[in-house]
Amino acid sequence: MSKTMLNKMTLQTEGETHVVVTRRFAASPEAVYRAHTDPKLIQRWLLGPEGWVMPVCINEARVGGKIRYEWTKPDGSKGFFITGEILEIGPGHRIVHVERMHLPDATPDNHVETRFDREDAGTLMTMRMTLPDAQTRAMMLASGMERGMEASYARLEEMI
Amino acid sequence: MDVELNLDAAFSALADPTRRAILARLALGEATVSELAGPFEMTQPAISQHLKVLEGAGLISARTVGTKRPRRLETAGIEVMDEWLARLRKSLENRYERLDDVLAAMENPKKEKGQ
Repeated sequence: MSKTMLNKMTLQTEGETHVVVTRRFAASPEAVYRAHTDPKLIQRWLLGPEGWVMPVCINEARVGGKIRYEWTKPDGSKGFFITGEILEIGPGHRIVHVERMHLPDATPDNHVETRFDREDAGTLMTMRMTLPDAQTRAMMLASGMERGMEASYARLEEMI
Repeated sequence: MDVELNLDAAFSALADPTRRAILARLALGEATVSELAGPFEMTQPAISQHLKVLEGAGLISARTVGTKRPRRLETAGIEVMDEWLARLRKSLENRYERLDDVLAAMENPKKEKGQ
């Protein structure tokens, strides 16, 4: 589908400690920003593998505000959760926050700047993550992959 | 070098989260046991044990530099990393496709999905 091509996501590592994700959306920066800050909307898309849900979603969209996202697996058991704090906010176009995953031990802070820039009739989102060091970045990428791994392990178990 | 991947060994080697993280760290370049032990908050013998399992599965290899034996990814290890990155990319892409649907519904509340 041409829309998918046009909206192709990029995910790149930058230097020793950064990960940069870009994605285009066919909506205004204000709308994409809202979908990133309104818990009712976040719960509908910020999900993990198929069947995961987010029963707890807190995002106090203001400087000093708290973030807490909790996921559960399809069988109702706990997945993992993220906590964070908002450092800077530019309503409608920019969010700077820190977050950490609890697996259950907390991972080192991930500093994230998310920008929503108007581009033609839509929005270019640029999410720039900064980890404390190269090892932490490697571990974050590995644990992100892990969620995908878990789904594939489950599929494999069904096959054998 | 025997490049044939022992699938059973590779699969059980990757069943452990620490070993997956070690593999991800080695994707950045060679590292010695002491360089790996620091960030993983594990003792060197514990790290060595994990490295032995990864080596046995053909995912990593060691070379000798003076008294050090830095480890690096073997072809099979690089392939596993490529597959993981592709999977991470795919799960983020799925997430943003869901966001496309949410955004479409925000603009057009009556048409919920897939118009």
